[in-house]
Amino acid sequence: MGLFKGLRNSISRVTDRLFSEQEPKRIGIYGPPNAGKTTLANRIARDWTGDAIGTESHVPHETRRARRKEGVEIERDGKSVTIDIVDTPGVTTKVDYEEFTDEMDEDDAIRRSREATEGVAEAMHWLREDVDGVIYVLDSAEDPITQVNTMLIGIIESRDLPVLIFANKIDLEASNIKRIEDAFPQHKTVPLSAKEGDNMDEVYDSIAEYFG
Amino acid sequence: MPKATKTDGSGASDGVQIDLISGERMDGMATMEKIRMILDGVHDGNIVILEEGLTPDEESRLIEVTMAEISPDGFNGIEIETYPKSETRDASLLGRIMGSEQESANKLTVIGPANQIETLHKDETLISALVSRD
Repeated sequence: MGLFKGLRNSISRVTDRLFSEQEPKRIGIYGPPNAGKTTLANRIARDWTGDAIGTESHVPHETRRARRKEGVEIERDGKSVTIDIVDTPGVTTKVDYEEFTDEMDEDDAIRRSREATEGVAEAMHWLREDVDGVIYVLDSAEDPITQVNTMLIGIIESRDLPVLIFANKIDLEASNIKRIEDAFPQHKTVPLSAKEGDNMDEVYDSIAEYFG
Repeated sequence: MPKATKTDGSGASDGVQIDLISGERMDGMATMEKIRMILDGVHDGNIVILEEGLTPDEESRLIEVTMAEISPDGFNGIEIETYPKSETRDASLLGRIMGSEQESANKLTVIGPANQIETLHKDETLISALVSRD
């Protein structure tokens, strides 16, 4: 039974991909905590639909559930590309509730850490099952060569998903785009500041080119 | 897995146990068996070194299971380190023929409890880590 079910699911996935060319692609926004994923998701959603997706915060793990904004229509050069944006929780291999105790009381910190762990697991599940492409967001003021980044890019590549790397926070003095380009030379890196709205034209051109 | 014991026979460990697991031992194991073996070792405070690492899919599932086991009263998760991919290896003919999953599966990997292992330096040929008892 398991074998037949597995085969049926595989065939279903292939036929879905073959015959769903007109369906909007689900683009997952991934990256480590505090890279600016929700700020970017909100920027894109506000620019093209007028609505935000989620709450932005300097406290890590503010986004603890994957959130989807459907039917975001981006117009470039007279053509339009429609995507669903999936804003995902920051991926990590460790969560310590004591990281949050400066910002909130212990009960809230414990609850936040528990939700954060569930959110990471959810993000991994989306990546394996439910996204058609990935925008990988990095804080360009931070060292990109971390285990989480290396692993996640490896996981994305192993699934043959198209990926764009967004070097966010170029408004910061410590921003270093070349460090990101050198770390992942196999992928296109687009510099931007989601917070300030810098270089968004190239962001949208790239999204249309990669995911249209 | 055999446990470390003091030579005085008290049975209590006074050091950090390191398990070096060969590729041969991992070969016949299912994904969840590998993950269980790794996390059981890490829960015991051991440092687990995999000769041949995990595939990207196994790494993805390791993150997922690790998240499910984090609890505020003890286990904070894992620290995991492998050598970053090198461009030359990725571009190799063998790598392209075998696919990225096979390519990624041959990297020595160090895994330990997040509160006991701290990576000091990492590049394509060296991982330097500080291990504390807890």
